[in-house]
Amino acid sequence: MNPDPGNNPIPTLPAPRLDSEARLIACRECDLLQHEVMLDSHADAHCSRCNGVLYRGTRTSLSLMLALMASCAVLLIVSNLFPIAVLEVQGAHVEATLINTVITVYNQGRELVAALVLLTVIVLPATEIACMLYLLVPLALGRIAPDTPIVFRLVLAVHPWSMMEIMLLGVLVTLVKLTDFANIIPGVSLWSYCALIVFFTMAASAFSARDFWAWVDERDTKLEMKESLQ
Amino acid sequence: MPSALQQGLVSCQCCGTLSRLPAHARGDCPRCHARLHARKPDSLSRTWALVILAYILYIPANLLPILESRALLSAESDTIMSGILLFWETGSWMIAALVFIASIVVPLTKLLALTWLLVSVQLKSRRHALQRTQLFRLVEFVGRWSMLDIYVVALTVTLVQVGTLASIQVGPGALAFGAVVVVTMIAAQTFDPRLIWDAAGDARD
Repeated sequence: MNPDPGNNPIPTLPAPRLDSEARLIACRECDLLQHEVMLDSHADAHCSRCNGVLYRGTRTSLSLMLALMASCAVLLIVSNLFPIAVLEVQGAHVEATLINTVITVYNQGRELVAALVLLTVIVLPATEIACMLYLLVPLALGRIAPDTPIVFRLVLAVHPWSMMEIMLLGVLVTLVKLTDFANIIPGVSLWSYCALIVFFTMAASAFSARDFWAWVDERDTKLEMKESLQ
Repeated sequence: MPSALQQGLVSCQCCGTLSRLPAHARGDCPRCHARLHARKPDSLSRTWALVILAYILYIPANLLPILESRALLSAESDTIMSGILLFWETGSWMIAALVFIASIVVPLTKLLALTWLLVSVQLKSRRHALQRTQLFRLVEFVGRWSMLDIYVVALTVTLVQVGTLASIQVGPGALAFGAVVVVTMIAAQTFDPRLIWDAAGDARD
């Protein structure tokens, strides 16, 4: 990390530990300090004041997360190769893929709208999936990817902007809208896209940042022990 | 229990680790190296600027056409509202309701909600802190669904390219509407809900 010149960050100390069991945590949404408690899997800890989610219990394994993300990567590629909807009218045959939707809007002189669609439907979801694979594959091999903190922050920043599930709803609305004027056939990509969104949503709802950092810390300690033994 | 800030502690927005950081000092999270902020920097002024910008953009977003169709002798244009009315008249009530909620109800509610949150924080209101936090969560959660109309417009112009007599184009309203969605999403991200509780303090319901 390169702090601003002349503005050196002061070294920060880890939070005080009261005892080995009860660590302190501050609520993200109201800043109330609370003691951490042990959670069952599939349970969430909620803030006692504002009811926001403090942290989530372990609900997934590293290998399951990795499998989900790898499936998402394959499905995202497939979804971008084939048409998502096909329109037939008077013998004419028009196919819409995700990318030629962007290109059509771009060619109509709406570059910013095209960029918005390109980013939210293709670029940012692909970035998120690629970053997750970059982080998870080395962890599964017992290593830690270089620049893990920066890449993880990138995932957090990108996540609200990947809108594949909204695009899917948009496709369905468009199919209903145009069905009166022409013969509309759902394309191959529509099915792979549905599967992609199911896997992506499963991964997002199973993912716990706390688990992720626990995986990182676990490998960190193991690597340190190895180094000290050598 | 007091707030972390009152104890001189700052939690990392990225990984949740608590660190001890004197007031107004700069520091990075010891675990993930993210810059630590006790509160999001300039939260109120940034959010105000974005909300005002979104109000201004909201006017062309609703008045300008999002779809323009040109036939040989006639030109037609659809704004967000006339598109919804078309669904309604052709009997697709469910779709009409869905697009109405995503394109009209959500952006407007979001702007009004953010305005109320900003005003109440600036007036140091102590009331309804819990409800205001829940409202903020709702704003954060539903905001992105407004993009629906942009995708419908983009797909429509791609599919409907039939013959040379009629052409259908993305209208300028789509740009303004897309900008409203993006700007309000960023506004929700720059607003810091912890400010609600700083004023409310320990006065719990």
